This record gives sequence, C-alpha cells and structure tokens, in this order.
Amino acid sequence: MLSVPTEFTPVASLLGGVLIGLSAVMAMALFGRIAGITGIVTQTMWAKAAHRAGDWSWRAAFLLGLLAAPLLYALATGSPVEQTVSGNLPLMAVAGLLVGFGTALGSGCTSGHGVCGLARLSPRSLVSVLVFMGVAVATVTIARHVLAGVL
Amino acid sequence: MRPFLGFAAGLVFGLGLVISGMADPAKVLNFLDLFGTWDPSLAFVMGGAVVATFLGYRLAWRRSRPVLMQRFELPSSKTIDGKLVAGAAIFGLGWGLGGYCPGPALTALPLLAPGTLVFVPAMLIGMWAGVRTRNTNFFSTSNKGATA
Repeated sequence: MLSVPTEFTPVASLLGGVLIGLSAVMAMALFGRIAGITGIVTQTMWAKAAHRAGDWSWRAAFLLGLLAAPLLYALATGSPVEQTVSGNLPLMAVAGLLVGFGTALGSGCTSGHGVCGLARLSPRSLVSVLVFMGVAVATVTIARHVLAGVL
Repeated sequence: MRPFLGFAAGLVFGLGLVISGMADPAKVLNFLDLFGTWDPSLAFVMGGAVVATFLGYRLAWRRSRPVLMQRFELPSSKTIDGKLVAGAAIFGLGWGLGGYCPGPALTALPLLAPGTLVFVPAMLIGMWAGVRTRNTNFFSTSNKGATA
C-alpha cells in the first residue's frame, strides 16, 4: 500500500476546509440542495428525467467546476498540484468499485454525510461518518501494520 | 444563471480540496494511519468545512426559499438502516485502500495519475451498481438485524 511521508499543514487544510464549506453554503443558498458529491454525480448521471428539469444543469456544471479547479490552481500559483497516487492499478480499481458502490448504497460520502450532514445535525449522517471513518482507519491500520508489504 | 453559479460552486469546492490536501491520497492515508505516520491535517479540513457549513446554512435558511429554486429540498429520511451502515462500511474500506473519496478523485482526474484514471471509471461503475442495489429491497428485508 502507498505510504509516503506528508507534512502537517493545519493552516492550508483549515483554509481549504472553509472553502469546501463555502461551496456547500452556496449550493444551499442558491439551489436549496446538499453539496454531496455522490448525490451530485448519481443524480446527474442516473436521475429520472422529471427530476432533471431544474437541477441537472447546475449539478453538471458543478462537476465541471470540480474538474477545472486543479488547472486553475496551477495557473494561478504557477506550481502544479502535488499528490501521490498508488500505482497499484488493480488495487485502485477495487478501491474505486468499493467507494462508488458504498457511497451510492449509503446515500453519501465525506461531503454529503461528512460536511453537509453533520452541519445539519443529521443522526443518519453521524452514523455514516462514524462507520466509514472507523472502517477506513481499521483498513489502513491492518494494511500497513498487519499485512505490511502484501498490498 | 444556474449553470454559471453551479460551476462557481464546484470550482470553490475543488479549490478547497486541492488547497486542503484532500486531493492527495498520500495525505489522506496518513490521516487514517492513527497508529503509524499520522498526519492530523485532515481533521482541520473537516473541522473548517463543518463549522463554515453549519453557520452558513443557518444564514441561508433565514430566507423562505433558495435564490434560484422554488424551495429547499433536504434529505428527509430518518431511518438508520442496513443500506446506510453497509454502504458506509464498504465506502470506508475502499477509502482506506485507495485514499480517495468521490470528490477528490474527480477533482484529481485532470492531473492524470494512472491510479486516478483507473479509480474514477471503477467508482462510476460502482455508483451505478450501488444506485440499483439501493433501489431494491435486498438490504431492508435481509439485514434488519444490522440496524440495531
């Protein structure tokens, strides 16, 4: 499994978090909807035609904005976005299937349940966050410290 | 107006993911590695996002309706059922393996890392299957014990 050291960045992370919150507030104030990425993707791609009338265009545009962000960041700062992604492609395929299936089945991910749901004080979202955080911590702990080198 | 402001909201969301470090799976995996190379940064992302959203939602809800729509439409379900719990657990497993949740994976797509180019199509297939499974009664009939 991917394991490279990363720097503790409290200021940048807090600033980025506030921007994510600002976006969620924009979606609520302008469109009256939750800014959950799982919901935005599934409803853009597979919502019933009747539902598409008012919501489809802003959701599709939201996804385009998401895709434009790293390009705009690189243009504005003159430095590319730094990231390290696992090169274990079968592992990433399995991870992608699990993330997609789980978030669609559980009606939300880190944004819908994590940010918007907790801000709404939703008990469903609190349960979801506790479960996915717990399982994710357990997964990394087992993969790195129990099965070290296998993944 | 809706597409333009929708694009702006998505752009702000994506910039938040990039600036915060959420779009770097190495950082996410280190956040999840409580008992190893723990990087607490992402607690600041969640903290900043939840507090900003909590406060901003209360301001937004002072209006009788959103600016560009007829009414607020919030998730109404209150049931903590097998779909919610099983879905969250499956998501957590995938998040721990790859270091990507849906938003960061999409926003990192233009960076063209091979792992991302594999992850995102797999995630979309998973979502398609997840939506279909959610719309069946499989979990609500066979998994009631998991809701306690």
